[in-house]
Amino acid sequence: MATKTKSKTTESVVLKDYESVIIFTPVLNDEQLKDAVAKYRKLITDEGGELVHEENWGLTKLAYPMQKKSTGFYILFEYRSKPDFISKFELAFRRDERIMRYLTVSLDKHAVIYNQRKRNGEFNQGKKDQKQEGAK
Amino acid sequence: MKKKSNATPAMVFNTMPEAPQKKKFCRFKKNGIKYLDYKDANFLLKFVNDQGKVLPRRLTGTSLKYQRKVAQAIKRARHIAVLPFTGDSLK
Repeated sequence: MATKTKSKTTESVVLKDYESVIIFTPVLNDEQLKDAVAKYRKLITDEGGELVHEENWGLTKLAYPMQKKSTGFYILFEYRSKPDFISKFELAFRRDERIMRYLTVSLDKHAVIYNQRKRNGEFNQGKKDQKQEGAK
Repeated sequence: MKKKSNATPAMVFNTMPEAPQKKKFCRFKKNGIKYLDYKDANFLLKFVNDQGKVLPRRLTGTSLKYQRKVAQAIKRARHIAVLPFTGDSLK
């Protein structure tokens, strides 16, 4: 599922597309959350990856309680990195007590296109039912 | 994959079991959807019953290829608490 042609030819390593959703505990204040997010943002770029997109869903209600909490701060990173970076990245998540849960997914080419179109807001116009047409 | 059909916009999906006798179709193939977003709870809700269980293909008409993706997306959504594992009245 690597997006073969897209990575720069100058680099010897192939970067793959990934997406991580991180759920931080709701007990953090704004400052702490910002610090935590900055730390992971830095981690991605320091390890030779490139951040494609970052999204903050804010304090969101969970579908079920987790660690006795019913809300969490959702942060979404979409990035391109070397495959062996993921284990380091996730190790950092597991060591971090501020993180209640995380999910890293590798994106195939359809997902990358979908995310791009979603960012451009192509799914929200008209259509009584959202995104009937979905990603192409 | 399949030819890109230019989806006719207004269409009614019958995911309910007691739908009238109408030929079922795979909405992904029909609309050219190639990626299912596990973060989109509203869309995924169409593929679970009100207890939060995944609906079988025979009810939704989804093709096998996309049923696998639906199942995967729902499981991911549950993990990040976008969808509940169980529930009484989701809809």
